[in-house]
Amino acid sequence: MPNLTDKILELVRLTSTDLPPDVEASLHRAVEQEEPGSAARDALETIIKNVELSRQNSTPICQDTGTPIFYVYHPIGWSTHELHQQIEAAVVLATQKAYLRPNSVNSLTGKNSGNNLGGRYFPSIHFDEVSGETLTIELILKGGGCENVGAQYSLPSVALNAGRDLAGVRKVALDAVYQAQGQGCAPGILGIAIGGDRGSGYYASKEALFRKMDDTNPDPQLDALEKRLVEEANQLDIGPMGFGGKTTLLGAKITHLNRLPASYFVSVSYMCWAYRRRKMIYTATEVRYE
Amino acid sequence: MHILNMPLSDESIRSLKVGDSILLNGIMITGRDAAHKWMVDTFITKTREPQGDDLDVYEALRKYLAGGVIYHCGPVVAGLDTKEYKFVAAGPTTSIREEPYQGMVMKHFNAKGVIGKGGMGPKTLAACREVPGVYLHAIGGAASLIAQSVTRVLGVYKLDFGVPEAMWVTEITDFPAVVTMDSHGGSLHATVEQHSRQKLQELLASD
Repeated sequence: MPNLTDKILELVRLTSTDLPPDVEASLHRAVEQEEPGSAARDALETIIKNVELSRQNSTPICQDTGTPIFYVYHPIGWSTHELHQQIEAAVVLATQKAYLRPNSVNSLTGKNSGNNLGGRYFPSIHFDEVSGETLTIELILKGGGCENVGAQYSLPSVALNAGRDLAGVRKVALDAVYQAQGQGCAPGILGIAIGGDRGSGYYASKEALFRKMDDTNPDPQLDALEKRLVEEANQLDIGPMGFGGKTTLLGAKITHLNRLPASYFVSVSYMCWAYRRRKMIYTATEVRYE
Repeated sequence: MHILNMPLSDESIRSLKVGDSILLNGIMITGRDAAHKWMVDTFITKTREPQGDDLDVYEALRKYLAGGVIYHCGPVVAGLDTKEYKFVAAGPTTSIREEPYQGMVMKHFNAKGVIGKGGMGPKTLAACREVPGVYLHAIGGAASLIAQSVTRVLGVYKLDFGVPEAMWVTEITDFPAVVTMDSHGGSLHATVEQHSRQKLQELLASD
């Protein structure tokens, strides 16, 4: 099995310092919607300037480089133990090179490990065996500000008059955007999972964030709901940074999981505008990054 | 555009209103979750005895915070091994987590303001009126750009809190921010929250 530490390090660098083109394009579209001279427009212009500068200087777009969340799709027979070690080594190197901030803190002692390692769940790594000879590693860096405003609803909700159907999902998702205000670094992107248990729901809501900004949900009902949520959330006038304005959400991505008869969870992960997700595709002859 | 130089006078603070853009200059210290809890527990409510270098750091803080501002920021710092520190990425962190502490810290140290993101609540707004002080909103996530306003890192206290939580003493030049809470009771965050709540109710009224 090859040693891919350097190639994974490049994936981390790219993710932290170079915003994906589809996200940047959506920010450019958003800035045109805001009134010239408004705080909302100024904020988006600053954001775009920062994205360009970070790419040029290879410095983190946001100082909160978050929890590194890796999804590894590996060919049959690869050692997940070795891949785990290589990912950890790349994360340590990326921290030394200031692509990542040391972010892993012991919850009892308050001590920061200094190298972004710490226990089974930091960094967060998921493995899936796939057929074929291609290794794919996806990475998302999700900061604490937006993670803190994520929410999980158990339906029905009397307070929101939300039942166990897509109309109920719509209501709680709008409530999540309202509750978040500007705290999660709006404009945000919602990853929503309907169903599952409390753990799998949140996982799936983050997996939904690996989709492209302008793709289509294969389920027409969910696709319609995604579009409606963005349009309605943008009527809340929360705006970039919570300054007020037309751009509160850039996108919404919805997935669904089977659930227990007794449970109907809606798990909402809020991703900030610094939507740092990248992909590395490795075969015996080449490595490329998306 | 208001150009502000620290230490800040009461008069200059009172001249600021919600919506004003500012450029801030001078010596500024960072402090976030661990720092605020430590300051309040050790020196204000005194539920914890000072330990180690606590009293020395306190004296330094009194100097930097009187007429100064505290920046809610956990930077990415280069030069940790050589101690030739440089901020590589230094945007604001979410301020509301300091709501239980901020007003007490502002009043105790006569700190004239806070820089952060997302805004703060009624306790901090009351302290802004009393001290007087302002809440200055920086652009969340604009970390590489903001780091360019941090022209020098002069030193660091409480590095044992970890790099993000340590209190970094910096020299800033033309640091850009917007006043979103002022010393006259104005809060953009309260206004936006109220307005969006009304919009939400309208949207929730239909399926």
